[in-house]
This record gives sequence, structure tokens and C-alpha cells, in this order.
Amino acid sequence: MSEIQNGRGLSLVPKSDVKLGMKDFKSDQEVRWCPGCGDYAILAAVQSFVPELGLRRENMVFVSGIGCSSRFPYYMDTYGFHSIHGRAPAIATGLAASRPDLSVWVITGDGDSLSIGGNHLIHALRRNINLNILLFNNRIYGLTKGQYSPTSEVGKITKSTPMGSLDKPFNPISLAIGAEASFVARTIDSDRKHLHSVLREAAEHKGTSLVEIYQNCNIFNDGAFDQLKDPGQRDAITLRLEHGQPIASATKAVRRGADGGIEVVPRSEVSEEEILVHDVRRPDPSLAFALSRLDEPAFEHVPIGIFRSVDRPSYEELMTEQLDEAIGKGGPGDLDDLLLAGDTWRIG
Amino acid sequence: MTKQVQQLDRVIIRFAGDSGDGMQLTGDRFTSGTAEFGNDLSTLPNFPAEIRAPAGTLPGVSSFQLHFADHDILTPGDAPNVLVAMNPAALKANLGDLPRGADIIANTDEFTKRNLQKVGYDGSPLEDDSLSEWRVHPVPLTSLTVKALEGFDLSKKDAERSKNMFALGLLSWLYHRPTETTIKFLETKFAKRPDIAKANIAAFQAGWNYGETTESFSVSYEVKPAQLPPGVYRNISGNQALAYGLVAASVKSKLPLFLGSYPITPASDILHELSKHKRFGIRTFQAEDEIAGVGAALGASFGGALGVTTTSGPGVALKAETVGLAVTTELPLIVVDVQRAGPSTGMPTKTEQTDLLMALYGRNGESPLPVVAPATPSDCFDAAVEAARLAVKYRTPVMLLSDGYLANGSEPWRVPSSAELPDISTEFATAPNGEDGTTFLPFKRDPETLARPWAIPGTAGLEHRIGGIEKADGTGNISYDPNNHDKMVRLRQAKIEGIAHDIPALDVDDPDGDARVLVLGWGSTYGPIAAAVRRIRRAGGKVAQAHLRHLNPLPANTGEVLRAYDKVLLPEINLGQLALLLRARFLVDIISYNRVRGLPFKAEELAGVIQDVIDSE
Ligand code: SF4
Repeated sequence: MSEIQNGRGLSLVPKSDVKLGMKDFKSDQEVRWCPGCGDYAILAAVQSFVPELGLRRENMVFVSGIGCSSRFPYYMDTYGFHSIHGRAPAIATGLAASRPDLSVWVITGDGDSLSIGGNHLIHALRRNINLNILLFNNRIYGLTKGQYSPTSEVGKITKSTPMGSLDKPFNPISLAIGAEASFVARTIDSDRKHLHSVLREAAEHKGTSLVEIYQNCNIFNDGAFDQLKDPGQRDAITLRLEHGQPIASATKAVRRGADGGIEVVPRSEVSEEEILVHDVRRPDPSLAFALSRLDEPAFEHVPIGIFRSVDRPSYEELMTEQLDEAIGKGGPGDLDDLLLAGDTWRIG
Repeated sequence: MTKQVQQLDRVIIRFAGDSGDGMQLTGDRFTSGTAEFGNDLSTLPNFPAEIRAPAGTLPGVSSFQLHFADHDILTPGDAPNVLVAMNPAALKANLGDLPRGADIIANTDEFTKRNLQKVGYDGSPLEDDSLSEWRVHPVPLTSLTVKALEGFDLSKKDAERSKNMFALGLLSWLYHRPTETTIKFLETKFAKRPDIAKANIAAFQAGWNYGETTESFSVSYEVKPAQLPPGVYRNISGNQALAYGLVAASVKSKLPLFLGSYPITPASDILHELSKHKRFGIRTFQAEDEIAGVGAALGASFGGALGVTTTSGPGVALKAETVGLAVTTELPLIVVDVQRAGPSTGMPTKTEQTDLLMALYGRNGESPLPVVAPATPSDCFDAAVEAARLAVKYRTPVMLLSDGYLANGSEPWRVPSSAELPDISTEFATAPNGEDGTTFLPFKRDPETLARPWAIPGTAGLEHRIGGIEKADGTGNISYDPNNHDKMVRLRQAKIEGIAHDIPALDVDDPDGDARVLVLGWGSTYGPIAAAVRRIRRAGGKVAQAHLRHLNPLPANTGEVLRAYDKVLLPEINLGQLALLLRARFLVDIISYNRVRGLPFKAEELAGVIQDVIDSE
């Protein structure tokens, strides 16, 4: 159990009797992403991380929609369901609601989850069903060959927007917090250690966890996150969010502004006491939301880490409670009693 | 005063009033009394889509028709013998359906100048001779009710609200209905408001006493109980029977039921009903939209549940892509379509059979699935169990085509015992099925049914991936191989076609065996067709009748049956969808009869059509 989770997320999933390793989670299918695609790093990170959870392989399910990232389940030697565009959260919802003994993962992309499947995503988040949603954000449509996506920056020149895209992108973190998500985090494909730690927290969180993973599409949107990877700039723009720690980098710090909001200031200008201390468990989401806006509009200050992780009952838990309550009150259902309930009469 | 009692073999009553007048409740209660008395019966509620259309207007009229008899009957009746009109709008909206000589009981209190004007009457039709063809009984229902409730601590408005119970009391007297069930019902319904319960009971009894004492009704009527096969009976509507059928399917398949649904008229009652039965382990999930409803159901099926989604036509359109996913991943799924008038929003509370081709072909790719249609309200129970049987046994989505007429109509139902119902349980895969004894082939088929193994998460050693991309035969791995695709398309088709050997042959009712004309039907037209066929036979005519429960695949002998008759007549509440299929498949020159009015056929209408076909021989 981690420092910030209470361990309920996986409490109903059976543990493996034997110690499993990375190879146990690799399927025999040939991985078919473009060479250099960020998806490889994420796959390797997931395959190397899941054995740590100590779960039975057969009780893990990966569900995806459509898009490059959605091929992911084929490469995991667990149960998997590669479904249709945008619908993975809906399918995973039915699975997780009826099988609380499973660890269910949704693999999705920015087009899949924020365009065609936007409705399912926000409703899954508000319901807080026990799912882990990994949103691979490459800010482009890859599988359909390079149209702008709902996370592409305004003015993006693509095949479908030769003069630049017109619509304001979604910020997935802001969207998730607005949709009542109980767990919201951001990480990046190139940082395996960070990915591991965030995925672990997500897995152990009871309810829906949304993890945005910055993922490089080297074919259609190469270098979208280079600033965050370049050792020369990285530290200047990244703000690591760590529970209980001041929100600051070597050069910058976050504090309360005079207008009641938050602001990023040079670290040298603030006293240690003034720096905001990160609290993922804060019930009120407004500060987490404010943090999610720090990188708007440009990549000036990019918070990475867990924005929010609060404990509230998960949907399938409550659903099971209702069934138990009904059975507790009236006993298990009897078909003959049901059919004969109400006004009946006998003939002959 | 002793009044004359007249014997009748059957009666059709229509209660009509404003949406807010409680006509559906009044009809329901009369139905319960009638069922308890032992008559055979059939009901037809008819209400506007608007919850409360403007009071006193024609669009706001809600009605409930009940046909009851001392013999078994098949339809809610063509034309009412009695119309209870709670206001001028109800009279005007229903008068066209009333045959000459029928009784009209009109609430005179509502025939005010303003109410008359609202529906375009210049003067009161009760006061001129425009209703001279009918027997009019003017009754000041509202003021009599208020008077009867004088002793109660109720506002005038609240007292007026009980006028439907007064009307029910009057009709209960007129037709010798038992009163106890209604009194008990009111006591339970208003258990928390005993004053309201008492007021309603008092109004009900005042209506009864009024019948007994008034000069306006000199005769009362008796309809003897019907002789139905022995058993325990209850009255049941189509939606309730369908919901019970799904509960039964869960019990008899030993699979937990998971319903993913989005509210839509006229299917929502199934969601409401199933939500009550959590003691059966049933999980009902009200989704954010139609697509999520079916998606969640399919996800639950992947996990080993009996996944069900319930909807109407517009919802089926939205679910199409997910149903296609269920076809290709070969998972059990039940899709209930309570058809309503379309296209688009159409007329949500009105009935139609216009989704047949959508059910069969409304998906991309070659996407075959079984289609099952109930014939009567209570038959929705058996049809649901049959849909589940096919879904589970053949690992396939099944479309269950009910409609608005079946959904809201009701009839007595001989309640089956759980033991009588078929065992439809199945087995999950538990061990590798590959030649080497260690690999699992998720698409290796049962040689007889062609169904694939159902291996659910949590089963060690059978980890596998499925999805919407074409799968290699056997392994289920992604495959773009042209020949494999052709093979898989044909295998999926063959699996569904093979079901023809697992369903009953098409049964023909041809008592003397020498009819030359066959009337074929499917779905909710059963009642009107059978009633029409009876009329023809009673008049000495010869006609055979057959009714399809399985629309896909068709029973193996369908072609043979069709070719055995000189003429095949097929009435449908669409523009000839089944006829199109049968003509193409069997090259039989089907005679279509189509009306798409949002209403069921009338028996008399169909008898005329059948007679014309016989006469043209
Ligand atoms: S198109 Fe982009 S996202 Fe898709 S596989 Fe290639 S590199 Fe990866």
C-alpha cells in the first residue's frame, strides 16, 4: 500500500500464488507500432510494473477503444478487449460493475477518449467505478494518419486543417477534475520511474483513476513534449507534484496570489513558508484545478504527478451493497414467488 | 328498485379523459377486478407522449380500452360498446370509433362553454341531437363526487380528483365487478395518507350506489367467467412479462443478469421493473446514453453475466456499432427493441413493426444475429427466455422485437412454475482446448453449434484478447488474411443459420386441412389476425393461419409452408418488411396488407382483407 492510498483499490482482486515477472505479461503477438513510437515505452513500463502488484494475471483485464494506443491489450498476456471507438469506458464499466474481483484497465488516446468517447469518459469519472484509465495523449490522430485532435494546440496545421485548427483544446486534467474524478494524474512516456509510481497509485486507488500520459507520436506530431524531455529545459518548466511536499522546482515555486488564485514565481522571491504544499487528498478540487491550469496556454510550467486522489465510495461497491441489502431484507429471490406475487386467481 | 340484469358474452369499454384524469389507473383497476372475476380479457392503453398536454385539449386525451368476455379472446376489441368520456375532448377524440347504439357515459360537469370551445364544439353535443345515434347517459361525475366527499376534510380540488374512482364505481356496478380488490388496492396505495385512501374508497362506493339508484341506468350486465385451461392466472402487461422473462432467464441460465439501459418510451418500464429485483442479484445500470447502455451490457457479458440492453428504435440505431462488436466477438447479449412509430422520434407512445429490417441488417458488414418476436403481451415472457437461450447457447447477440402495443397491453397469463421452464444453462471454458493441451483457442468452435468457448476473466490459463478487428479462425489473433475473412464471415453466418434446426417448425393452423389461403404474421399482429381468422371460419370460410416467432433464422419448413398455399397474405404494421424478405428468399408472391397508423390492426378490418383474398381465388 502506498502512502496516499488506503489499499481498497485492489482489495477484492485475488493475489498470485507465484511471483510473476515482466515476461509473464508479454503476449506472443508482434508489437506493431511505428518504430520510435512512445507507446513502446509505455508498454514496457506497464509490463514491468504490473508484476509488482502481485495480482493474478487472469484477474487483470485491459480494455481499449480505437486508435494506435488501443492495440495495447493485444500485447498484454492478460484478458483483453479491443473494442470500438470511444466506448472502452462504457464496456469496462459493465465489466467492473459486475466483477469487482478484477483489476480493469482502460487504454485510450486523446481522440478516443476526448472526442468520440467524451461522454463515456466524463460519466465514468463521476461514477467512480473501479477502473484505471490510461489516456495516451499525443495531441494528434495517429491511426487515421495525422488529423488534429481535441488536445492539439490552436492553429495546428494538419491534413484536415491546412490553414490551422480553430478549436481550443481540452486540458484532460482540468476536464477530469471538472468531471468529479477522484484520482487524476499526469506522467510522461520517457520517465519510466515516474510512470511506475503513478500507475501504482492509480491501481491501488478505489474508484476511477485517470492518468494522462504524454506520449510522443514520432510520425505525425514528433517532439510534442520535447521541452519536457530535453535536459536543458526540462527542469525549468516541470513542476513535480508530490504529496506533502512544496510545489516547487529548483528555480520556481507556486504560492497563493493576491487575487486568491495561485501563481508561479521565482523561487528566490519566496520564503519556504509561502510555497504551497501539495495535498492530493484535499476534498475541494479547486486547488487541483488551479494547478491544472498552470500550463495554459503554453508549456511554461507543466505540473507532473498526482493532482488529486480522494477517497469516496466506488460505484460497484455501492451497487453490491444495494444487492446485499435487498437480499438481507427479503432473502435471495425466488422465481415462483416473484411470478405469483400480486393478484392471482385459480381456474379449474 | 330492482333492475334488470342482462347477460352478455363480451363487452368492450373505453375510459377516456384528460391525461391528468387518471384514466390509466381507472382502466387498470377495472382490469384487475375483471381478471379476478375470471373473464378473459385484453387491454389497450393509448396515451399522449406529453406527460401533461394542455388540459381539456384533444392532444391531451388519454384512454384505456378493455375487452372482456366469457370465452377466450385475442384482441382488445375493435370498437367500444361503452365510452366513458370525462370531458368534451375525450368525447370528440373517441366518437369516431363508436359504433351506432353504443353507450356514452359523459361527465356533464366538464361540458362547460370553455371546455366545449377548446375542442371546437359550438354548443354542447349532450344538448342537441348530434348524439342521437348513441345511448347517452349524462352524469355529473365531478359534482356527485364532491358531494359524496362533503364529510371529508378535503379541498374541492382534491375531492374532484377522486372523480375517476366514482366513474370506476359506476362501471363496476354496471358490469357486476367485484369491489374488494379495488378497495384493498386503494388502501395500500395510499397507506401513508389514510384520509386520501378513505376519500377514494368513498367516491368509488358512491359511484356504485349511484348506479344502483339512478334512473339513468335501468339495466346492468353480467359477463360470465371464461373457461380457460386450468392453472393459476394473473394479469400481465408485455413489459412486465418481458422483465419477468429476463429474471427467469437469469435463474434458468444460472448467470447473473446485468441490464445496461437508457430511459426511452415505451421500454423504460422494463428497466424500472428489473431495478426492483435486486434480490435475484440483478444489476441494473442506467447509463449516460444508449451506446453506454449496450456497451456496459457487453462488458458484463465478457465477464460472464447475462448482458441485456433494453430500448426502442432510436436506441437500436445508436447501439448498432456495439451490437456489431457483439456479433464479431461472439458474446451473448440480448437487445430488446420495444418498437414504436418512426422514423426518428416518430410517435413514441404508438406502436409499429418497422424495425424488422434494422434488426436484421442495420449494422455494417455481414452481421447476422437471431431475431425473436413475441406474439402477445404474456408471450413476452417466453420470448425473453427463448432469446436468452439462443444468446447463451450460440454466443451471439439476439434481437428481441416487442412493440408498444404488446408493451402496454395486458392479458391474463397462466403463470408457469419455475420447474416447467427450460434449463438454459451453459458452461464456461475452464481448460485449454488446443491440440497441445496448453494453448487456448478462443475461436475454436463447437462442431455442432459452431459456438465458441466462453472463457471469462479470472480463469487461469485461458487469458486471451478479443476485439472488433477480424480474427484468425481458431486463435482469434488479428488477421487481415483475405481467405480467413471470407471463412469467418461464412462461419458467423452458418452459426446463425444453423439455429433453424434448434427451433420449432412453423406450425400451421388449418383445421380442415383444405384452406387455399394462408395468413402469415409475426409479432403483435397475432391477436387481430387470429380474431379475424375466427370470424372467417365462423362464417363458413376457409383460411389457414401461421405465425412466426423466429424471424432469423426462419423455421426450416417456412418455404414449404408458404408454397403449400395458393395465396399467402401477410399483414404487417410497416410497408412490407417481412414480405420483402420472404419474396426474395422463397420466390413466393406474398400479398401484403400494410397500415402504419401507430395502432394495432382491427379484427374486422383484417377479416375483410382475408375475405377479399379468398374471394379473388
Ligand atoms: S502513428 Fe504515431 S502514435 Fe501511432 S504508432 Fe505511429 S508513432 Fe505511434
